[in-house]
Amino acid sequence: MTNVVLKLGDDISTDIIYPGRFMATVLPTETPQYAFADHTEFNARLKKGEIPAGSVIVAGKNFGCGSSREQAASCLKGPDLVVVAKHFARIFLQNSINLGLRTVICPEIEAEEGDELEITADKVINKTKGKSFDIVPLPKARQAIIDAGGLIPYTRQRVLEGKK
Amino acid sequence: MGMTMVEKILARATGQAAVKAGDVVEPKVDLAMSHENAALVLNQFLEIYKGTGLEAKVWDPSKIAIIFDHRVPAESSKTATNQKKVREFVAAQGITKFHDIRGDEGGICHQILPENGYVRPGYVVVGTDSHTTSHGALGAFAFGIGATEMASVWALGSVLNVEVPGTIKVVAKGKFPAYVLPKDLILYLIGKISAEGANFKVIEYHGEAIEKMDTSGRLTICNMSVEAGATSGIVPPDAETRRYLKEVAGVRETVAVFGPDPDAVYDQEIEIDVSKLEPQIACPHTVDNVKPIGEVAGKPIQQIVIGSCTNGRLDDIEVAAKMLKGKKVARSVRMLVFPASGRIFREAMAKGYITTLMEAGALVANSGCGPCLGVHQGALGDGETALSTTNRNFKGRMGNPNSEVYLCSPAVAAASALTGVITDPRGDR
Ligand code: SF4
Repeated sequence: MTNVVLKLGDDISTDIIYPGRFMATVLPTETPQYAFADHTEFNARLKKGEIPAGSVIVAGKNFGCGSSREQAASCLKGPDLVVVAKHFARIFLQNSINLGLRTVICPEIEAEEGDELEITADKVINKTKGKSFDIVPLPKARQAIIDAGGLIPYTRQRVLEGKK
Repeated sequence: MGMTMVEKILARATGQAAVKAGDVVEPKVDLAMSHENAALVLNQFLEIYKGTGLEAKVWDPSKIAIIFDHRVPAESSKTATNQKKVREFVAAQGITKFHDIRGDEGGICHQILPENGYVRPGYVVVGTDSHTTSHGALGAFAFGIGATEMASVWALGSVLNVEVPGTIKVVAKGKFPAYVLPKDLILYLIGKISAEGANFKVIEYHGEAIEKMDTSGRLTICNMSVEAGATSGIVPPDAETRRYLKEVAGVRETVAVFGPDPDAVYDQEIEIDVSKLEPQIACPHTVDNVKPIGEVAGKPIQQIVIGSCTNGRLDDIEVAAKMLKGKKVARSVRMLVFPASGRIFREAMAKGYITTLMEAGALVANSGCGPCLGVHQGALGDGETALSTTNRNFKGRMGNPNSEVYLCSPAVAAASALTGVITDPRGDR
């Protein structure tokens, strides 16, 4: 069980998730401090550690559109947030899969801040609203990266196999 | 069943006779580009080798390009230190296509790649930058990836798990009216299909207007295809591609050109008559909030930007110089010009454009991304409005969430510089 901590609309760009002016900071260990930096209230709560791991950000269509900056995924992976969106922009989705940020494609999702959610293998159940919504599964090829624990271990394996 | 451009390229890059949209493939990479974010790629690359006992060596140092452009010269000690680490890595690995902060060979990555002949028709090009879509202008399949994905490419020489994208065919017919430019065509298209209209798809460009367009215009169109969500834009290579590679990029060998099969299958076809097009403006804060200029003309602006990988080339600077010759930039506005590469800067100087622009009151700054991404030069003040030939107007993009950015062609930017308000370059109508 988890709660919605932030509710956003459509077309949330990587400039909103991780503003360009912080791009000199690249390491996944350092990026979380700038997550939603211009969303000052949310950013302050995040930095104070008031947002529990596993909390959910709910968004509309085309979440993560814009830049390929991986900081936009690593800044949410650090505090272990989950993004449930109607759908995602391509590069952001791939970055999330590569880094192990949990992203859930849920085209019909209805949820407000504070709602209690349960995310199963194929559904997002909104306990507060008493409704459930289907999840669109990731293609198998992508799931393989998640199962390996992210792209780095996946590629490491490949590199080792190549040397055999 | 016939193949689209991207299907043909991916079939070749995977050594298969044919692939079709939806197949999952692992294409070999012909060119892998990064900019300052190579610092992060480098970090992830070393992670891959951790604990393996193997030496971290890139798969092919001649196929990696690294260009410093986003924050040049460095705006902070952090950036400078990252750039230093990348320089050391480049030297240690023997990476040859490295463009440092220099006036002779530096510039914006999406300009440096084409003008040096690094991209050829049929190539698979990946870049840790979303506007890598630009290179479809030369008939390559070019797309943006994240830093960890790039680290994996540096190790393996291929991109894992690429789903062959479906293709949208855009046919641009007719001739452009005066003061209507390729930028107006791409803004119009994005407005029509929306910021997610081409998500996970490739846009293939055809028609008389594209055939007659030079490579610079094609770069503008492919560059901004990502603003419609596209994985890439692509123009079938032709005689113009050959001309550009020979005359501009200095490529000596004759390059093979090819098109899609006549019976290729497309997800969607869109026809646009460019002869009916007006100058277009993308209004804050999404690139698909596009309006014909008549609806926003008269809006006061405080900063004009001509530059970026979208419209910072010689023809863009020429348009502005010709319109500003002997005139003055309005006192209420500051005009910033960022030539897309050192080479373009020098060519613009030789042609007198730089003098013309500076005499008119424009400030010409060093080649690089500049204000396009709002980390460095040209940030906006609270409540200010910019009109820019760049490609994104997201909230905060020019360094301040309390400001607004409108996007336009170089002709609209130049006409508006003279008045201080958004102005139709075609005159009073
Ligand atoms: S000019 Fe702007 S869009 Fe182009 S590469 Fe630089 S930051 Fe990106």
